[in-house]
Amino acid sequence: MTTPPNAMCESPQGIESQRIPPEPIVTTRPLYWSIRREIWENRSIYVAPLAAAGLGMLAFFINLLFLPRMMRGTSAHHGPMSGTAMLAMPYGHLAWLLLPTAFIVGVFYSLDALHGERRDRSILFWKSLPVSDLTAVLAKASIPLVVLPLLVFGIAVFLQLVMWQLSIAVLLISGTGASTFWTQLPLFQMELVLLYGLIVLSLWHAPVYAWLLLVSAWARRATFLWAVLPLLAIAAFERIAFRTFHFGSFLGDRLFGFAPKAFAFKTPDGVPVDPHFIPLTQLTPGKFLSTPGLWLGLIVAAVLLAAAVRLRRYREPI
Amino acid sequence: MACIEARGLRKAFGTTIAVDGVDLRVEEGRILGLIGPNGAGKTTALNAILGLTPYQGELRVLGRDPWSNRDQLMRDVCFIADVAVLPRWIRVSQALDYVAGVHPRFDRAKAEGFLAKTTIKRASKVRELSKGMVAQLHLALVMAIDARLLVLDEPTLGLDILYRKQFYDSLLNDYFDRTRTIVVTTHQVEEVQDVLTDLMFINRGRIVLSCSMEEFESRYLELMVRPENIVAARALRPIHERQVFGRTILLFDRADRQQLAALGDVRTPSIADLFVAVIGNQTGQAQGAAR
Repeated sequence: MTTPPNAMCESPQGIESQRIPPEPIVTTRPLYWSIRREIWENRSIYVAPLAAAGLGMLAFFINLLFLPRMMRGTSAHHGPMSGTAMLAMPYGHLAWLLLPTAFIVGVFYSLDALHGERRDRSILFWKSLPVSDLTAVLAKASIPLVVLPLLVFGIAVFLQLVMWQLSIAVLLISGTGASTFWTQLPLFQMELVLLYGLIVLSLWHAPVYAWLLLVSAWARRATFLWAVLPLLAIAAFERIAFRTFHFGSFLGDRLFGFAPKAFAFKTPDGVPVDPHFIPLTQLTPGKFLSTPGLWLGLIVAAVLLAAAVRLRRYREPI
Repeated sequence: MACIEARGLRKAFGTTIAVDGVDLRVEEGRILGLIGPNGAGKTTALNAILGLTPYQGELRVLGRDPWSNRDQLMRDVCFIADVAVLPRWIRVSQALDYVAGVHPRFDRAKAEGFLAKTTIKRASKVRELSKGMVAQLHLALVMAIDARLLVLDEPTLGLDILYRKQFYDSLLNDYFDRTRTIVVTTHQVEEVQDVLTDLMFINRGRIVLSCSMEEFESRYLELMVRPENIVAARALRPIHERQVFGRTILLFDRADRQQLAALGDVRTPSIADLFVAVIGNQTGQAQGAAR
């Protein structure tokens, strides 16, 4: 690995060998290794999405049995659903399974990230190494904001490719013919939409995760209660005192408000779009990027993370 | 250049003053023992030196301000805190990977060499290791870092006597090279007596004694006085007096060895005895303070 060149040949009795300060510093990658260390510690980061994917695949295998019959039948049986949406359904379900899983993992990971290291006192070990508090907090923030979305994307793409090949194999074996399936399932488009959705989610939820990380750096215990109850209390107070629900709807908007901004759920003709397959034409990145809430949220996220960095610097083991 | 230099170092937690205006200068290449009763402010002072806590007063460690430059400072400073702080979930191999990945002065081969002398397996998790093995692992990691200052806060707490002996042996034989500086706090004073080059007693946030070990040996004498000489010996103003098996033992600061030898058996006191004398006189509750 990385060995300082003169570390071994330094003689103990080298009175003349004055320590030369600018030794060639080996390039280190604190952020990279800090992220890897988070994944070592929190295996739920990949175990939970993989488990969800496994469940999704199991359901898909069962669904596969009905595929030939479905292809032979007409889409009329399925009401307003288009053929494409019907075919895309299991693929969409997989994504819908992975996204909430990643969100829940991200939430609980963030609540523990800066709390656990104080609770088990390992913060004293981490702080004994030349890794700044900023690097440490950024590594932790990147788990829900970058690592989990990438993981979900990777798992989804891989499994959807597998599902696609299996579907074709089943159709060919059953003699139904795969040409309709081939032409009607826009797999590449689905992956692009998923990637877009993951980026949207990550940007929109950044202040949520930053808030959770801040609470995790601040609270001595019961991080989940500290993160959630004060917000609910404010909403309830407002409801009772003023009979309004601004704060509550603000919270709801922060969790789910990305959807109407980033996607158009109706075609220009007013036809509703099936959520199992959202075509590329229904993405509205311009609208999303021009939403003030997005940018305000990102600023708030930056402020909360800066506060978490500062807290980590001051905080001692619990 | 002084390795650690503090002037008027002060730290209060609310109304409790943990470190009360400490002046301190540790030269490079020394092994300083920081000895004090529980709650004396040792750990707080060390935390300030390591950039783990903000403080008042002036403090430079290797020419840097530790509080504002902790991550920079940690390239040249290592520490082992008072309790096992290696995360319990980490594997030995992961700990090696991580430190190698973030520390520019870590020599992985050296750490592997130290570990080869132990029974620690690469695939083990820290939670699976015994307390002694965790200390060995931490020491192996730290000794493989080419640091200029090593701070050890109760490094052998809770270890059995074999591990404790081994700990200081490897520290002296495999690590210390007279250019590095080591600061160690411990309650097991007799174990470090032959290791230290400098000695410092701290009590209630203040330094109550500071000397080199040469100074210590020439300055302090212990006299096991013969019963008939006891009045004459007391007239020489010992700083402490105690009874052992019916014999009176007197501790003197800057007494004449010849003069004392005429009154009984003279020897260099242990650090523990001096500690009891100095701190005990101060607090009036000498017993049990040293342990």
